[in-house]
Amino acid sequence: MNPMQIQIEKATRQGKVGLIPFLPAGFPNREQFWKELEELDAAGAAVIEIGMPFSDPVADGPVVEKASLKCLDDGINLTWIFDGLKERKGQFNAALLLMGYLNPVYQYGVKSFASNCEKAGVSGLIIADLPHEESDFLKTALAPHGVSLVPLVGLNTSKERMKLYAKGASGFCYFVSVLGTTGQREALPARIKEKLTAAREIFDIPIALGFGIKHPDQLTPFKGLMDAAVFGSALITHIENGKSSAEFMKPWK
Amino acid sequence: MKKGYFGDFGGQFIPELLMPPLLELEEAMETILPSEEFQTRFINMLKENVGRPSAITYCPNLSKDLGLDLWLKREDLNHSGAHKINNTLGQGLLAKMMGKSTLLAETGAGMHGVATAVAAAMLDMKCLVYMGATDIVRQSPNVNRMRLMGAEIVSVESGTKTLKDAINEALRRWLSDQETTHYCFGTAAGPHPFPTLVREFQQVISREARQQYMDRNDNALPDVVVACVGGGSNAIGMFHHFVPDKSVKLVGVEAAGTGEPGCDNSAPLSIGTDGILHGMKTKLLQTDEGQILPSHSVAPGLDYPGVGPEHANLHKTGRAQYVTINDSQAINAFKTLSRREGIIPALESSHAVAYALENKDELHGKSVLVCLSGRGDKDMGIVDSIL
Repeated sequence: MNPMQIQIEKATRQGKVGLIPFLPAGFPNREQFWKELEELDAAGAAVIEIGMPFSDPVADGPVVEKASLKCLDDGINLTWIFDGLKERKGQFNAALLLMGYLNPVYQYGVKSFASNCEKAGVSGLIIADLPHEESDFLKTALAPHGVSLVPLVGLNTSKERMKLYAKGASGFCYFVSVLGTTGQREALPARIKEKLTAAREIFDIPIALGFGIKHPDQLTPFKGLMDAAVFGSALITHIENGKSSAEFMKPWK
Repeated sequence: MKKGYFGDFGGQFIPELLMPPLLELEEAMETILPSEEFQTRFINMLKENVGRPSAITYCPNLSKDLGLDLWLKREDLNHSGAHKINNTLGQGLLAKMMGKSTLLAETGAGMHGVATAVAAAMLDMKCLVYMGATDIVRQSPNVNRMRLMGAEIVSVESGTKTLKDAINEALRRWLSDQETTHYCFGTAAGPHPFPTLVREFQQVISREARQQYMDRNDNALPDVVVACVGGGSNAIGMFHHFVPDKSVKLVGVEAAGTGEPGCDNSAPLSIGTDGILHGMKTKLLQTDEGQILPSHSVAPGLDYPGVGPEHANLHKTGRAQYVTINDSQAINAFKTLSRREGIIPALESSHAVAYALENKDELHGKSVLVCLSGRGDKDMGIVDSIL
């Protein structure tokens, strides 16, 4: 079983929501990034999602875009990410997930990317601009290295399309809670519940809710319909305000 | 071949959340587009509102100066001043018949924004235009025209503040507003079905030009057909019906920027590499690590680091040849056509005209048909600041 699923199910067994914090690689700076990862891991993250910087992140809102463009300016690239993770391989309890856009992965070479994921202890990948129709080549490259391509579905995904994503999916399913980009929102749309229920029926892997999440109270209405929560923009803003990852994680535990 | 591909290029590299509106659009292309109601209304709009067919014009003075036969397809004579309106009226009518209330657009030079504002006003729809902050400054007359016709302009402050970033922001907006809004994409690029849809609306250029040229030349075809290429919509429209005519050489002209080695340019076909941006696999200006490079051209409408996937394929198969013209060569063509023929071309189209000027020896005695995709009124500010 994919380590992401193992970790999320472990949280479920303890009666908790699996926590999936997101940070852009190299944020807030090269040295501090690894310390933040250690803190997030120690604070009980089930999966840690690491952003691979891209110049044109169309699925991201302003907070993530600004943070990842700064990392790009600092020279963060896939080689830096893989080198850092290889040095620390085996040190994290959490499963590791890379998130980004297709072009940097494509230029790196998908075969080499997949084998480096395995060497770096990465068990999952999210590519924001890769729908089902175009994903076969990447899935084929990732499979021999035990890396799951995490499916993203949302409020406008039909049951038929959910089924396309569910076929052969492993790790977890990422349910995008808003029609829009990443970023904190006070209220989540009411129709999430209906769509989450559909996703619950169709996917036999854990479901994580992401986009717009800043506080655990937002998740109360969806209890039983989801297993994990992804938070990025809220965590980035928290760190930008000079506070620690550990402190951010407290209300979530 | 996979759906939405031109050889190795094209596809749908877009977040899942944008797939439903793209699939909805594909369906409308199969049901609404071929319908008699759509076709009747569209053909009528092209005639009554755009003024089609646009003329072809023989250039007696320049032909003599250059030692070749120079013809222009006059898309600059269309209502709103460029070929863009062929596409926006088509997409606007399609969106209206799909039940959408808002047209969303990105714009570089402002011509597509203006043409979308025209379509929205005509069809009684709302219009929202994303435009890079840099372009808003350098194309201010177009900003005023859009506002006058009721469009809301959103200034894009991210990245290079030009067309590329305006597309990013428009895609983000479409994610949120997809139920009520149609993204009226401005060029034959982006995710499937846009490259095909935009070509469908622009192919009228070569359908008319081919027949008009033959009517004037005892059924002969031109030797060379030339168009400028940014995203590539006027060029794909100008090439389409000539592609099967093997005797006709097709030349796409990209912008070389200031022209010195290593300068920022807008010539992904000439010097770019394969990659994925804005929903398509195509040729891109990018780093080895897949980060998109800033582009540059004196012509804002060519200032884009990618190109439509069908051009990438025509380039790869060799059916069309792609060359570059730099800023100063384009300015020279702008002045020359104005002075010698009394036609002020857009700086974008000036790149296509410059191809004939710069290659007059090679083209000696040949007939050259250039797509004059737009008029240059909007560029007076840029040209004044350079001259």
